[in-house]
Amino acid sequence: MSGTVVSGLPLLAVLVPTVAALLAALTTGRWPNLRDVWATVAGIAMVAITVILLVETLDGHIHRTVLLELSLGINSPGINIALRADPAGMIFGLLVSVLWVLAGVYAVGYMRGEHERKQTRFFVAFALSIAAAAGVALAENLLTFILFYELLSLFTYPLVTHRETETALVAGRKYLAYTLSGGIMLIGAAAWLHVLGVDTTFRAGGFLEGVNLDSVTQWALFALLAGGVGVKAAVMPLHSWLPSAMVAPTPVSALLHAVAVVKAGVFGMVRVGVFVFGAALLDDMGAWLVLAIMSAATLIIASILALRHDNLKRRLAYSTISHLSYIVLGVALIGPLALTGALLHIVGHGVTKITLFFVAGAIHVRTHKENVSELDGIGRQMPVTMGSFALASLSMVGIPPFILFTSKWYLGWGAVEVGQQAFLIVYLVSGLLAAGYLFPIVIRAFLRSSPDHTRYGEADIRMVAPIALTAVLALVWGIAPDLPLGFFELASTVADAAFPPSVALAGVTP
Amino acid sequence: MDPQPQLPVFIVGAPLLFSVIVPVLGRIWRHSAFLLALATVAVAAVASALSLELVLRKEPFSYHLGGWAPPVGIEYVIDEVSAFVCVVITSVSFLVLVSTRRWAEREAGDRPGVFYGLVLLLLAGLTGIVVTGDLFNLFVFLEIASLAAYALVFIGGRKAMLAGFRYLIIGSIGGALYLLGVGFIYFATGTLNMIEARELLEGTPSTRAAQVGAVFIFAGLGLKMALVPMHLWLPDAYEHAPSSVNSLIAPVMTKVAAYAMLRMFLSVFPAGFLSGTVPIADALLILGLIGIVFGSVAAAGQSDIRRMLAYSSISQLAFIAVGIGLGSPLALAAALLHVANHAAMKATLFLAAASVRLRVGLQRTHNLAGLGPRMPLTMGAFAIGSVAMIGIPPTAGFFSKWYMAQAGVDEGQWVVVAVVLFSSLLTAVYLFKVLEQVYLRPAKPEPSAHGDDERDASADAAPRPELAMRPVVERAREAPFDVWLPLVVLAAATVVLGVINVVIMDHVLLPGVS
Repeated sequence: MSGTVVSGLPLLAVLVPTVAALLAALTTGRWPNLRDVWATVAGIAMVAITVILLVETLDGHIHRTVLLELSLGINSPGINIALRADPAGMIFGLLVSVLWVLAGVYAVGYMRGEHERKQTRFFVAFALSIAAAAGVALAENLLTFILFYELLSLFTYPLVTHRETETALVAGRKYLAYTLSGGIMLIGAAAWLHVLGVDTTFRAGGFLEGVNLDSVTQWALFALLAGGVGVKAAVMPLHSWLPSAMVAPTPVSALLHAVAVVKAGVFGMVRVGVFVFGAALLDDMGAWLVLAIMSAATLIIASILALRHDNLKRRLAYSTISHLSYIVLGVALIGPLALTGALLHIVGHGVTKITLFFVAGAIHVRTHKENVSELDGIGRQMPVTMGSFALASLSMVGIPPFILFTSKWYLGWGAVEVGQQAFLIVYLVSGLLAAGYLFPIVIRAFLRSSPDHTRYGEADIRMVAPIALTAVLALVWGIAPDLPLGFFELASTVADAAFPPSVALAGVTP
Repeated sequence: MDPQPQLPVFIVGAPLLFSVIVPVLGRIWRHSAFLLALATVAVAAVASALSLELVLRKEPFSYHLGGWAPPVGIEYVIDEVSAFVCVVITSVSFLVLVSTRRWAEREAGDRPGVFYGLVLLLLAGLTGIVVTGDLFNLFVFLEIASLAAYALVFIGGRKAMLAGFRYLIIGSIGGALYLLGVGFIYFATGTLNMIEARELLEGTPSTRAAQVGAVFIFAGLGLKMALVPMHLWLPDAYEHAPSSVNSLIAPVMTKVAAYAMLRMFLSVFPAGFLSGTVPIADALLILGLIGIVFGSVAAAGQSDIRRMLAYSSISQLAFIAVGIGLGSPLALAAALLHVANHAAMKATLFLAAASVRLRVGLQRTHNLAGLGPRMPLTMGAFAIGSVAMIGIPPTAGFFSKWYMAQAGVDEGQWVVVAVVLFSSLLTAVYLFKVLEQVYLRPAKPEPSAHGDDERDASADAAPRPELAMRPVVERAREAPFDVWLPLVVLAAATVVLGVINVVIMDHVLLPGVS
C-alpha cells in the first residue's frame, strides 16, 4: 500500500522559503513593499506544495528527495542527506507552512507598526528559519535532522537579538549556548550511532529496535538524544533560554514558540521516542518513566510559574514550556492514543499559542502595554483582537470543542490506556492552572473599565486578520481535525505505524 | 619520456627558481613582480592538481631528483595525501596573493620584487616539505620556508622585528631539534630515505638511538606547529606581521608543520613504535586536548582580532594533533581534512580582518561595531568563515569534527569525543563576540584606543588619501573588487568543502592513510 516516490517536492518545500529569503535580501531598500510580498507569495506556494505532499502521503505515496548519498569505505554508514514526506513529518511541515503565511502577513503589520529597524535582516532570517524548520520536519534520517536543527539555531539567532539592546544580546548568547549545546549532544549521539554501524533512517517503531546494544550504551544514547532535542523542547531544567528570548519582537516570539523552534524540539522528541528508540525499547529500558516524570514536573512547575508573571509575553512563555511538556509526556507514555494526542497537540498548541502571541504584539503596537495588570478594559477597545484571545484561551484550557480539547482528550485517554492514571491527573491539574493564568486576562479585558481615557482602536488589518484566522482555526480544527488538512488522519497513521497491534498488546498495555 | 612524472618539479622547482628571478625583474619593472609571482603560484597549483588527478587515476608515483635512485638521491613522493595538501597550499596561496596585492605592495615599500620573491621561497619550502620523501631534505625545506617566513614577518615594522626575532630563535631551535632527531635516526638505520628508514625500523627491535631520535623529531615539529606548550612565538608573530603576510602564513605555514608530523606517523615510524616505549602518540593526544581548550579560552580573552585568530589557530592545530595522536586511519584522515578545511577557514578570517584593516585601520574587536552593513561582503565572508569554524553543518568545519568524533568513539576515547564536540561551543564564544559587535552594535563615533596597538594601526592607515583623519567605522566602504572576490571564493570554498567532503575522504584521504 505504501510506496516511495522519488520526487523533488520535499526539497522544493525547503527551497521555497530559501528563495524567498534571497529575493527579500535582493529587493531591499527601494522596494520595501515588494520585499514583504515575497514572504506571502512564498508562503502560499509552500502551502500548495505541502498540500500536494499531504494528498500523496495520505494515499500512501511517500515522496523523498535524496540530496547526497555517499558511503565511506570504512565501518560507517557514510553520509546520507535525504528528505522524506512521511506522515509525522507532514504534520509539522503543514503546520509550519500554514502558520508562516499568517505570521508573514502579521509580521509586516507589526514591523511597520513598531517602526522596527533592519527589517530586511528580519525578514530574511525569518524566511530562512522557516526553511530550516521545514527541513527538520522532512528530514529522513538523523544526520539530515541535525543539519537543519543546527541551521535553525543559527538563523533564529539574529531574530532573538533583533532589538540589539544589551538584554537582547545577553538573551542571544544564552540562546546560542543552549541550542548549540543541544546540537552538540545530537552530533555526539549521531557519530556514535554511525560508528556502531546503525542505519539512522527514521523508522516507525524505532531504528534501534533489534540492534544489539548493552544497556549503558542505550542509556547514554538516550540521554544525548533526548537531551539534545529537550533543549529546544524546553524540558526543565533546559528551559531557561526560552523566557529570556522573549526580548525578541513579537512575531519572532510567535515563530519561536508556536511554529519553528520549540516545535522542532518536541517534534524531535517524537522522532527520538518513536522513530529512534521505539515503544518496545523505551519500555524495556524504562526510559519512558524518566521522560514522563521530567515532563510531568515541567508541566506543573511551568504552569505555576506562569501564574506569577505579570508581563504578558513571559506568562505566555511559561505557558509554552508547560504545553510543550504535554507533548513530551504524550510521547513518553508510549501508547497509540497518547501519541495521537501528542501529535495533535503539536498542531493545536501551535495555532492557539500563535494567536495569543499575535494578540500580545497587537496590544503592544497599539498601546505599548506589556503587563497583564495594565490591560483593564482593553477588550472593549480592541474587540476582535481580545475576542480572539478569549477563544484561544478557551482552547488552551481545553474547553470543548476547541482543538486543544481534542488533543488533551486523547492524551488523557492515552494515560488511562497504559494504566498511568497519575499522569491523567497531571494533565487535568495543568488545565486548571491554565485557566488560572489566562482567564483573568480575559476578565480584565472585558469586564473592567479602562483606567485612562485614551481610546485605542484595533490594530492594522494585517495584524487583526491573522489573529482572527488563527483563533477560528483553533475552533475549526477542534470540531473537525481533518478539515481541510487531515491532521487527525496523519496522526493516527503515525500511531498505527508506531504501534502495530501485536506490539501494543505485548509491550504496552498493563 | 612520459611528461607527467615531471610534475613534482613544477610544484617545488617553479617557485624556487622564480623566487630568485622575481626580485631581479621586479627592480626593472615594478609590476612584473606581482604578475610573475602569481603566474608561478598558478603553475604550481595546476601541477599539484594534475598530480592529484594522476595519482587518483593511476597510483602514487615518485620522482628521483637528478635521476639518482632513492637510497642515495632525493626522492619526491606524490601520493594521495601529499598531492592533496599541495593543492590546498597552492590554491589558498593563489587566492591570498590576489587579495592582498594592494597592501602587500604598500607594506613592502619600494621593493615589491623582494616581497614576492620571499613569498615564492616560502611556497617552495612548504610544497617541498609536503612532497619530499627524504628526512634531511625535509629539514632543508623546513628551514627554507622558515627563513622566508621570518623575513616576511620582519616587514611589519618595529614591533614585528621583536616578534619576528623571537619567532626566529624559537623556530631555529625547532629546526635544530628536528635535525638532531634525524641524526639519531641516521645512526640507528643508516638511511635518510623515509620509506627505507621505516623498513629498517620495522625489521629491528627498537634501539635507544631511534627512540631518542623520534623524541627530538617530534619536539622540533611540535615547536613548528605551535603545539601547546610550545606555542608562545605564534600570537606575537601573527599579530605584528603585515596583513598580507599573516593571511598567508596563518592558513598554510603551521599546517605544513602539522603535515610533516603526520608524515612521520604515516611513512617513517612503524605502527606501534610511537605508542610503546616512547609514547609520543599519547603525548600528542594529551597536548592536543589541552591545546584545543587552551587556544579557544585564550582566544576569547583577546581584543585584537589578529591575536584572537592566532590563538584560534593554536586550538585548531591542536585539533589536528589530536587526530594524529589517535592514529586510526579515520582519525588521520579527519586530521588531514581539517588541514584543508582550516586552511580555507583561517584564510577567510584573516583576509577579512586584513580587509577591515585596509578600510578602517582598526583591529580591536570592540571598535568594529557597526561594520557589518557597511562592508557586507567582507563581513559576510567573515560570518561564513566563523560558522564553519564553529562547525555548523553543512560547512567544512562540521565534517572534520564529525569524523574526529567518530574516530574517538571508535577508539573508545570518550574524552576526545567530548572535547572535540564542546570545542565548538568555545569557538562560538570568541567568534560570536566579534559577530555581535559587527552586526548587532551601533557604530561608535570614534574608536576608543585601550592599548597602544590601535594607534599603531591607525597610524599606518592614516596617510592614505581614501581615509579621513581618523579611522572611523561610519565612513567605511566595502573593500575593492580584487580584495573581496578572493575572499568570497574562500568563504564559498568552506561550504563547498563541507558538501564534497565525503568525496575527498573516500577517494583521497582514506586510501592515502591506509
